[in-house]
Amino acid sequence: MPSLEKATAQGRRIEAHRPWPRVMVDDALWQALASRLSDGRSSLLGLWGEASAVHMALYDDRNKSVVVATRDCPSGRYPSVARFHPPALRLERALRDLCGLTPVGLPDARGWLDHGRWGVTAPLGAAPAQSEQATATYSFLPAEGDGLHQIAVGPIHAGIIEPGHFRFTANGETIVRLEERLGYAHKGTEALMTGRTLAEAARLAGRVSGDSTVAYAYAFSRAVEAATGIAPPARAVWLRGLMAELERLANHLGDIGAICNDASFALMQANCAILRERVLRAASRCFGHRLMMDRIVPGGVTADLAPSGAEALRELIGAVEKAFPRLVDLYDNTASLQDRTVGAGRVGAALARQYAAGGYVGRASGRDFDARRDLAYPPYDALTFETPTLEDGDVDARVWIRIREVEQSLSLLVAILDQLPPGAVATPVPSEAGEGMALVEGFRGDVLVWLRLDGSGRIARCHLRDPSWMQWPLLEAAIEGNIVADFPLCNKSFNCAYSGCDL
Amino acid sequence: MRRTLFDSLANPILTEPLAKEQTDEIAALAGKLDAAARARLGRSLSIRQVDAGSCNGCELEINALANAFYDLERFGLRFVASPRHADVLLVTGPVTKNMREALLRAYEATPSPKWVVAAGGCACDGGYFAASYACIGGVEKAIPVDLRIPGCPPTPTALLNGLVALLTARPAAQSKQQSARDDRKIKSIT
Repeated sequence: MPSLEKATAQGRRIEAHRPWPRVMVDDALWQALASRLSDGRSSLLGLWGEASAVHMALYDDRNKSVVVATRDCPSGRYPSVARFHPPALRLERALRDLCGLTPVGLPDARGWLDHGRWGVTAPLGAAPAQSEQATATYSFLPAEGDGLHQIAVGPIHAGIIEPGHFRFTANGETIVRLEERLGYAHKGTEALMTGRTLAEAARLAGRVSGDSTVAYAYAFSRAVEAATGIAPPARAVWLRGLMAELERLANHLGDIGAICNDASFALMQANCAILRERVLRAASRCFGHRLMMDRIVPGGVTADLAPSGAEALRELIGAVEKAFPRLVDLYDNTASLQDRTVGAGRVGAALARQYAAGGYVGRASGRDFDARRDLAYPPYDALTFETPTLEDGDVDARVWIRIREVEQSLSLLVAILDQLPPGAVATPVPSEAGEGMALVEGFRGDVLVWLRLDGSGRIARCHLRDPSWMQWPLLEAAIEGNIVADFPLCNKSFNCAYSGCDL
Repeated sequence: MRRTLFDSLANPILTEPLAKEQTDEIAALAGKLDAAARARLGRSLSIRQVDAGSCNGCELEINALANAFYDLERFGLRFVASPRHADVLLVTGPVTKNMREALLRAYEATPSPKWVVAAGGCACDGGYFAASYACIGGVEKAIPVDLRIPGCPPTPTALLNGLVALLTARPAAQSKQQSARDDRKIKSIT
């Protein structure tokens, strides 16, 4: 079985692309790669388009290699990947909406991000066309049978969460099909980034998904640095790690509480929310912003650790280490809570592998991938940590992965504080043309950023792929056979990004 | 569980007094407040939050209002699930074209008198997304806005100050007599 690199060796390699190879492929090789995905030899990292080209990023688990394959589409058509590999389906629908390229053989003709309201079609395509403002009808997949009824939820939900539509088909209380419809938060981020300076684009990258603002800014900055061939100063590298772990900690603590709250166990929520608030306050004291927005930029970071920052962090770590184990016991020993979480919303290992689901969704179903370890980037290549995995794939397993990751993040924070080197925190970025790609492990999973710089310090094209692209479809599978009342619980245990995927 | 509960009793209360932040917007609000509507709303507000395409940053901070440090319910503020139960629509995001209709429907479904609060830079004027083909560029372009709370995202303290202003702001140049007359008017209506 040839490795991914050997399989793509016949394609013309694009020298400007770093750090992983990008090769131009023909139809035969494109299809061969699609079948590599469908028979599980490689995983799909991303699939995105330009005005007349389509790119596909693949990952080989065995030798941990990444390759980007590009197929030119002068005719505006390319062979669909989703036809052979279903995880590519929504990516191809989005690509068609944004770039106007037709995936030939795509088994779904419906739009994904384009709801027929933009007044323009294919905004990233070769020839964006004005379109009538019309409310396009959307036909949900049929589910037929005696006693089935539909429940439509959203885009505005009962709680304070992002917008999206869920169409349930249920038999009594039991869900037989869930279909998601997203795209409500589509802001045209990728089109806005085109032609912008690096500083402006970095701000947009940090607003793709607010809860992962550090991870996005981190991935964007690393992609720019790969494209221009620069390395940020050592202190900036370690400060980035510090921010990334603080973000992971805050989100996991919030999630653990919120999942329990959706099982009506408010005590956990109240206590976890206190810990989360303490993390955000420490972040604000260290870097001047509670979510640490706009702190990571190409070339380094904009804010050095405040003089009282290290002390604030050690205080925080002490407080969490004191309070958290008792909350874990509380979760573990409350039978009524376990009754809701154990066995609910199960995702099988085969599906998690097929969809290359990252983060706690993949890890709770046995997919052992962590960009910090498998595609190691500094400072993580110099740090020791564990990536927890479980096999059960239920809500409970997703909670436990988060619990273990909270513990890992705490020890990483200590290690980073101990080793934090002195020195400058930023280096200038040259205005060079080039292409760069980066994967950064956010709290949900791996965030992918791919970009091309035009040589005048501006973005020619930037694509940002949220980890939830590979997780949302699994929620549809996980909920099947569960009761409607367990949906909020299952949904929160996934905590997929809406804005992150809607772009 | 017992230990966690006992600790909650034994430990000092985390809830903090609200750090007052008076923005120009909040100061101007007093002048705009309609006494009749205020009298009807009383000292408590039900808030329906609508995410009109935010990045989720604002939602994180709005959710933080419920934690022990900010505890928004002590001010008589609470989040409700339906716009039918709401006095205030708290809207975030630049209003994407894909969310515009849903926002309009939520507004229509909210009974009068009602207030609209635009929270966050995007909701105030479209923020970083104002120029996008996919956004209309701020809440005001879809529905009338009574109060803007800037920030990216606004801190919980800024959000709380804005919401509390809705409860406490008094029409500035209004005499007691005037407000008494207004109260009678309300009584005759209701």
